[in-house]
Amino acid sequence: MSDPIGIQIRNLYKIFGPRGGEFVSAVQGGMSKQELNDKHRHVLGLRDINLDIPAGRIQVIMGLSGSGKSTLIRHINRLIDPTAGEIMIEGQDVVRMPPAALRSFRRHKTAMVFQKFGLLPHRTVLNNVGYGLEVQGMDAAARNEIAMRWIERVGLRGFETKYPSQLSGGMQQRVGLARALTNDAPILLMDEAYSALDPLIRYDMQTVLLDLQSEVRKTIVFITHDLDEALRIGDRIALLRDGSIIQQGTGQDIVLRPADDYVSNFVQHVDRGKVVQVGSIMEPMSASNTNGHAIPEHTTLSEALRQMLSSRLQVIDVNDMANRPVGQLSLERAIAVSAGAA
Amino acid sequence: MTWLTEFPQIDNGMLRDLKRAIDDGFRNFSRSYGDAIEAVFDPLRHFLSWSENLLTDTPWPIVLLVVGLLAWGASRSFRIVFACVGTLCLIGAFGMWEDTMKTISMILTSTLMAIALGIPIGVLMSRSDRVQSFVSPILDVMQTMPPFVYLIPVVMLLGIGKVPGLIAVVIYALPPMIRLTNLGIRQVDGEVLEAADAFGSSRWQRLVKAELPLAMPTIMAGINQTIMMALAMVVIASMIGVEGLGLPVLRAISNQYFTLGLFNGLAIVGIAILFDRVSQAFGHRLQKHRGGHNV
Repeated sequence: MSDPIGIQIRNLYKIFGPRGGEFVSAVQGGMSKQELNDKHRHVLGLRDINLDIPAGRIQVIMGLSGSGKSTLIRHINRLIDPTAGEIMIEGQDVVRMPPAALRSFRRHKTAMVFQKFGLLPHRTVLNNVGYGLEVQGMDAAARNEIAMRWIERVGLRGFETKYPSQLSGGMQQRVGLARALTNDAPILLMDEAYSALDPLIRYDMQTVLLDLQSEVRKTIVFITHDLDEALRIGDRIALLRDGSIIQQGTGQDIVLRPADDYVSNFVQHVDRGKVVQVGSIMEPMSASNTNGHAIPEHTTLSEALRQMLSSRLQVIDVNDMANRPVGQLSLERAIAVSAGAA
Repeated sequence: MTWLTEFPQIDNGMLRDLKRAIDDGFRNFSRSYGDAIEAVFDPLRHFLSWSENLLTDTPWPIVLLVVGLLAWGASRSFRIVFACVGTLCLIGAFGMWEDTMKTISMILTSTLMAIALGIPIGVLMSRSDRVQSFVSPILDVMQTMPPFVYLIPVVMLLGIGKVPGLIAVVIYALPPMIRLTNLGIRQVDGEVLEAADAFGSSRWQRLVKAELPLAMPTIMAGINQTIMMALAMVVIASMIGVEGLGLPVLRAISNQYFTLGLFNGLAIVGIAILFDRVSQAFGHRLQKHRGGHNV
């Protein structure tokens, strides 16, 4: 198992068009996407992206269609070349890699899952899953053994001789996931991997991903336009709009402290009771008596409310992972937060 | 007012000189290099003679057996096997076995050549728009120029015989092979190619593991077209010494033998249908992975 590695994205710009490089300084000087498009017929894809993706965590990049999120993830393995900026992985700048080094980097450091699966239709499930190892030059017996292990791990045992067109969408994406995991690359790039699946299967696949992540600890970059999905799986979330990051932080940060009106609009329909954890909204300890009732800091708000109501408590202690009290939550504040008033 | 009713053309003397200059130039070229060029095509001539002798010298039952086996291997359909063998038996019964074998040998050789030339050119064309915009007009010329016109320089260079005939057939049959290879590769789903790149495929791996297999239905259609065009060219190529079913047709035209022409014409149609069905069935079988229920 390879150790997780982080990704640092610095001052990344992407301007689509034949002379993109000429407009970087103009965009840095404040030229808008609209102006660039109207006056120079170039499209601003990404503007000054700075993002530290921690090793071994799930970083979600969220935004509506056209916000540049798929463009951004394609810069990490350089399926798209940036106009300016750098992407540092293990001390190396991906942007400056010569072709052979880039190929080796893609083979060993990254694996990718695609929205429309990107499976090779003329290959069986087994040969699709083994594709990454095949291009590395591993012999058939060895790669089939590894591939079979992951096919079983994603629950597709018995389907290895089927062709992609014989599988449902959810099963095809399991193949896509198994193909990515078979490479055992420390970085997993997932481009709207679950957006084409229906809600139940999507939830199911999120569970598969979270289970796997607890075992393999990869650095996962996950693109989505679905806020519920982002909040469920993301350790950190970055919100993208018109090619710029408008807020980044944990899910709690984004729901409780939206950076601007756009973000608050985005999060206003979230079921706060299920998302907000008491650790993010607790108040400092005070002297008032809580009768020894306490809940862990990762408890959701609605669960906390349920316990407080059933035990008729006005205030409850909040404990950290080691079961030490670190704060307390009043019924009044809990209700205010869940109603969106605080 | 003659300049209004008659198009102002280049002076007759000048035109004559121009034509003569080009003709003389080409004649001199073919006189001095004709032998050398012929030597270049010598291996081709040997291969043609070899494949023709192979087909005509092999006892007919063995040829029928091999054709039947090939048809079975390609199509896995008894209907197609019986149709193939039956057609050949009928052709043989009407006294056209020898000519048919010569034609089949010609078609196979020219199709192999067209594939060997057409796929690489098609791949190059799909790689760059510049190559495409350069090759496309050449293909237009190849497809619309009356074949008789390019028979002239071919005959001047190489004389009359199998090799010039083969070259004429290949020129005529090559364009669909190139065009459909190019089209097939350009139509490959972008996300699948992104996936191939994302896993670190080299350009060659990407071509042989993703692009060509995904373009295969279109490429197979190109091969099918090439075979049909080559068969259509057989009669014209007989004018420059290609033996086979075209020659009796040519004789029938000049002597007004309606039945002779009709029989040989029908034999050409027969093997055309045979080639077409077998190659299409083979193409479909290659695409068995598309037969799933979903998507």
